[in-house]
Amino acid sequence: MPRNSFSSDFLRQSFVGLKLLVVMTVLLGVAYPAVVWGVGQVTWNGNANGQIVSAGSKDVGSKSIGQNFTVKDNQWFHSRPSAAGDGYDGLASAASNLGPSNPVLLKLITQRQKEISTVEGVPVSAIPADAVTASASGLDPYISPDYAALQVKRVAEKRGLSESVVRKLVTDNTYGRQLGFLGEPKVNVLELNLALARE
Amino acid sequence: MSDTTGGLLTIAALIILLAAVHKPFGDYMAHVFTSAKHWRVEKRIYRVLGVNADSEQSARSYTVSVLGFSLISIVVLFLILVGQKALPFDRGLPGMPWDMSLNTAVSFVTNTNWQSYSGESTLGFAAQAGGLVIQNFLSAAVGIAVAIALVRGFVRSRSGELGNFWVDLVRGTIRILLPLSFVAAILLVSQGVIQNFGDHTVHALTGGTQVIPGGPVASQESIKELGTNGGGFFNGNSSHPFENGTPFSNLIELFLLLVIPVSLTRTLGTMVGSRKQGYAILGAMTFMFGAALAVVTWAEAGMHSQAAQLAGGSMEGKETQFGSWASSLFATATTGTSTGAINSAHDSLSPTGGGTVLVNMMLGEVAPGGVGAGIYGILVMAVVTVFIAGLMVGRTPEILGKKIGTKEMTYVALYTLSVPAIILVGIGLAIALHGTPGYMNNPGSHGFSEVVYAFTSAANNNGSAFAGITVTSHFFQISLAAAMLLGRFIPIALVLGLAGSLAKQGKVPVTAGTLPTHTPLFASLLVGVILLVTGLTFFPALALGPLAEALS
Repeated sequence: MPRNSFSSDFLRQSFVGLKLLVVMTVLLGVAYPAVVWGVGQVTWNGNANGQIVSAGSKDVGSKSIGQNFTVKDNQWFHSRPSAAGDGYDGLASAASNLGPSNPVLLKLITQRQKEISTVEGVPVSAIPADAVTASASGLDPYISPDYAALQVKRVAEKRGLSESVVRKLVTDNTYGRQLGFLGEPKVNVLELNLALARE
Repeated sequence: MSDTTGGLLTIAALIILLAAVHKPFGDYMAHVFTSAKHWRVEKRIYRVLGVNADSEQSARSYTVSVLGFSLISIVVLFLILVGQKALPFDRGLPGMPWDMSLNTAVSFVTNTNWQSYSGESTLGFAAQAGGLVIQNFLSAAVGIAVAIALVRGFVRSRSGELGNFWVDLVRGTIRILLPLSFVAAILLVSQGVIQNFGDHTVHALTGGTQVIPGGPVASQESIKELGTNGGGFFNGNSSHPFENGTPFSNLIELFLLLVIPVSLTRTLGTMVGSRKQGYAILGAMTFMFGAALAVVTWAEAGMHSQAAQLAGGSMEGKETQFGSWASSLFATATTGTSTGAINSAHDSLSPTGGGTVLVNMMLGEVAPGGVGAGIYGILVMAVVTVFIAGLMVGRTPEILGKKIGTKEMTYVALYTLSVPAIILVGIGLAIALHGTPGYMNNPGSHGFSEVVYAFTSAANNNGSAFAGITVTSHFFQISLAAAMLLGRFIPIALVLGLAGSLAKQGKVPVTAGTLPTHTPLFASLLVGVILLVTGLTFFPALALGPLAEALS
């Protein structure tokens, strides 16, 4: 068999590839996501649509996506610092990407510790790490149970509720390790604050 | 339960899952690539392509098919990205700039999934699902096809042929990747990964609005991990709650990104008729993976960086629900395979942790490596190992019944040199440019590490990043695209050349003087050779980057 030139072989194979791409676009690019969508809508409708939560007639957020409860809003449980846009921007998920020895990061951590120490009336040594660090997504919906516990006294005072009522709300919105061993214990901040608003 | 117990149990669960499936799944993959029967849907596809599915290709012809297909894939994806405005579900977004489109098209076709854009603010749903996802499937199938062609080179005797690329590509996609991705996507939805077609604006509790992003995420997420691609739907990648909603979805994703590379060792053993050979390779991979995991976990779970000591824990760039253990496991798995998905920000890992994931990629991603790329990568290193062992005892090296002569060693030596050369030249160029420090997000040695990480990730087709660095300049878009392209296709061409040359040989009989390659001794030697080659190549760069930071 005569050997074809490299370039003519190459072009012929590229053309076969183009036909394959068309076939696969129909199969993998249209049919596949559409079927996953269909099955998702039937089986776990809420999950597939982003676990939107509403209060009254208004949609107020997603159970999965954190919201910007900053150290300045003292009647709420605060979420973690966020590097997503101006904080918890749903269209700008991002980490700080600050290196572990970067003076900018070290200064930020110190500054956050000071703020929290003042607002909550606790020594810096009592503040857990998640309270002073930004998450990878910038949309972390959770805080550690330690950080939630730290905020109970202040929230109860600001809202005129008893500490035991607020503490119970925290417990109700705390999740243990999944299946008993996976991941870390966590408190969903939006759910907790929604429960707080209903009190 | 303490963090340590939970973390160890998570690792144990992952090992049990992989151990349970690797035999049946590995044998299934061997069957897929050796069966003479075509499925009806496959026959229909071959008719459209005009391919004779029962004909086979020489090494040259197989290589031309891989390259021809990949080139047209890059062209088509480039056009989709540049012209996404004309597609449905464009979310009102403009087309990507040309240099970003080029970088992204090369990135997804080479199975790298380096991302110089952030998905939620740059891409419509059609460009993601109809452009990027197609390549998530097909680039993975290309990797598997090349690995299978190399295995056929060992198996066959006095043959000029390595199989049919189009058949391998279609079967890998339809019989392996698609069914698994589908099941995994549904499982991920059950854990809060979304699958819809619209953003949703909500009224936040503290006033103002928040956009809850939408998209066909689950269908992309499953193949992103299964194909060791790693390109996130969102900028936050697998740290984003909509890509990885719970610790259980995190376990699913870890399983997905490891299952094919691990099971391919069984496929190898089955196809070459020596299951023990598969175990020896898996043993070497497991040892390297375990060592890296131990170091990263130690570094992240303790207080081993200035930031961790100050904050009281290494939580910068980590999600509350994953913590240090699940983040360390993910970081090790994503760099040990060529995935590059992240569930924590690698830029904020401790110097030792970040340095170790960097080394994990520098090893050539063979522990256990990308789909296909891992197994052909470690087989090439196995050839280097028998060569060195052969030199020590003065015998012609042989492996799996094939003699390793000058021709084979030429391919192997070029393979071993090519990726490190691309990385080091890239780093050198970038550092020589005066503008580069301005693109770094961190000062000093950590900034240097960002550049080292970028070129290592690109040339090894990983795709993760020390993501603080700004890579949207023309220089970085184009130089990193070149690194990805060369880092993918030079090794592939050399592997196929090696496969062709091996297939042409007859089998040499095993004698008393043959070095057995299925023993723990050989596996240890293999690990030693991999570490030696990597160490000699990259020590200077590591010394200036993570080592300097860890010691300061």
